[in-house]
Amino acid sequence: MSRPNLYYILMKRLRVPLITLILIYAVSIVGFVLIPGRDNEGNVWMMSYFHAFYFVSYTASTIGFGEIPYAFTDAQRLWTTVTIYISVIGWLYSIGSLLSVLQDPAIYRLRRESKFRTKVKRLREPFYLVCGYGDTGSRLVQALAQEGVRTVVLDKDESRINDLELRDTLGRPLGLTADASKPMILEVSGVLNPYCKGVIALTDSDQTNLLIALSTELFKPHLRLLARAESPEIVTSIRSFGGNEVISPFEVFAERLEMVITKPSHYLLSEWLTGTPNQAISDPTFPKAGTWVLIGYGRFGQAVYRRLHSIGINFHVIDLKETIANPPPNSLMGCQANIESLKLAGIESAVGIIASTSDDAINLSVLMTARELNPNLYMVARQTQQDNSLIFERAQFQLVMNRGDVIAHQVFTLLRTPLTKDFLQLTRGEDKAWVDALLSRIMGITQDKLPYLWETKITPRHSPALYHACAAGERVSLKQLIAKPQQRDQTLPIIPLLLKRVDILLPVPDEETLLQAGDRILMCAPYQAYEQMQWATQNQKVLHYLLTGEEWVSSQLLRRLLPNS
Amino acid sequence: MNLEKVIFGFFIVLALTLNFAFFAGEMTNPIYHNTFILFAALVVSLITTILKFGDSSHMGAIFFATSLVADIQLLVAAIIWGWAAHISEAGVTPAAMVTIVSISGGALLANIVSVVLLVAETLSIRR
Repeated sequence: MSRPNLYYILMKRLRVPLITLILIYAVSIVGFVLIPGRDNEGNVWMMSYFHAFYFVSYTASTIGFGEIPYAFTDAQRLWTTVTIYISVIGWLYSIGSLLSVLQDPAIYRLRRESKFRTKVKRLREPFYLVCGYGDTGSRLVQALAQEGVRTVVLDKDESRINDLELRDTLGRPLGLTADASKPMILEVSGVLNPYCKGVIALTDSDQTNLLIALSTELFKPHLRLLARAESPEIVTSIRSFGGNEVISPFEVFAERLEMVITKPSHYLLSEWLTGTPNQAISDPTFPKAGTWVLIGYGRFGQAVYRRLHSIGINFHVIDLKETIANPPPNSLMGCQANIESLKLAGIESAVGIIASTSDDAINLSVLMTARELNPNLYMVARQTQQDNSLIFERAQFQLVMNRGDVIAHQVFTLLRTPLTKDFLQLTRGEDKAWVDALLSRIMGITQDKLPYLWETKITPRHSPALYHACAAGERVSLKQLIAKPQQRDQTLPIIPLLLKRVDILLPVPDEETLLQAGDRILMCAPYQAYEQMQWATQNQKVLHYLLTGEEWVSSQLLRRLLPNS
Repeated sequence: MNLEKVIFGFFIVLALTLNFAFFAGEMTNPIYHNTFILFAALVVSLITTILKFGDSSHMGAIFFATSLVADIQLLVAAIIWGWAAHISEAGVTPAAMVTIVSISGGALLANIVSVVLLVAETLSIRR
């Protein structure tokens, strides 16, 4: 189906004004040609078309050079008066119609869309298509922009797209106000563009995200798709086709909470590896074993309850609604979360409290009340509105679940360093001692700041020097790669976390491991070390020095003359 | 009957007839070639072009193209005439006249194509 072309519509709408203008000019010109004038000697002089066109042109445009070439007769002056009025009215009318056509909301939308279309078509660098520019979307787009990744953004809400355009984001993401659940919109936004690396569906509606996933799969199978979904049915149905990755914020958070309670070290590791690099490491606190109080038994509350109940944690649940099917045991249904009900739920002997209603004010007030009753509680808050971040930070809860934050972080990590997910999955199987050892190693190299993570891919594009050395059969070990480019007997503060070779995953590979072309290595280090190591992968002189300890002689002639050097 | 079609057909045929009226007659003799008619032909041709604006069909595109050809040729003919009459030393010589008339002959061909297309389109509708 073809979309209406902007130019055709403009031309169609401007037909009448343009014809009017032509007619006014024609009538004026003919008038001057017909009306006899007189030259300086008083002879009859007929104005030619050339002169008439010249005169009308400068009169109609209000330039007015005067009566050229001879002074006009009264008949000519009469006609000039007529010409002036009709031509000025003609121009006003035409320009007025042009402006009103351009400001017509429908045309304006069409203009914006056609601009967007051409820009997307002209994109010649890898980009992601982000559907939904709410809390999550905007955070993600900002984070990706800082990594130098371009994005194309769709949102139904015009004000959000305006916000995107007003924001001074690096790399200027392209935005369009449109309903992403319509396949045609996805097509316009460049799903079929070969530079489109993936589609990220973050709209508020699970249904829309499912539709986006479906259309993406049909448009371009194997295109990477990340979607957010909350209801378990939609999660399974998006996962059921293609290789889609689905993030369910409630599940993610319930899982985190489980880790906090059962495997604190693992939790810390995953926080460090998915956090914002260079942030100071804060001293974490962990809850003791015991009973918990859960406020709110909606979707989030249920997800948390299911997860934690299955590992044997006991809960007292308080919810405002009475009509919940199969309420858990020990629950107070149809009851405000106030001092009495909190006391009834045993807040004084509980170890922690989770406020999981969808209302920020209720969550805050419940937690503040609970803190009065039992200051040693481990407090978990759910935050719904981005604007409330300031007060949630102030309140110093041990854990704040902010949906936008959780999803943006997950998606960003998955896009930037997909190996992080594999690595964290592998570490689940390791014991506490192993994880603690790794944690202290990381702490040792980063000086109390969160590390920077990246993937080194041994491919001609990402690391030309390293790739050619490996492909030529040279023995390159991890240790040589992370040696200092200035002094190769010293090592950069880098920890290789995971080596992926075809389908084999090697967590925390040994430093003597030999590298092969095609390997992917997940590394973690302070940012400066990353920059230094990039040197070795890109520059063959540096790599040559690291491998042999000799300076590289680039001239063929010199190499022949000085065979020993 | 559709008023829009009437206007459209009217201008297309008028462009052709005016063009023909200017073209017909002895090539070298200015008496046979009236400036009013050339002017009228040019104005009608411009209006026809604008009427053909904004039709995105294949037929519409061809209509638009033929009309543009006629416009350009008539405009060139008019400019040559103006040049010959006002700027060149020699004035409107038979040689200049021949150029003007033959260029308008080119526009005539384009207008004929336009009319043929119009007739073909009308016949294909059969209503």
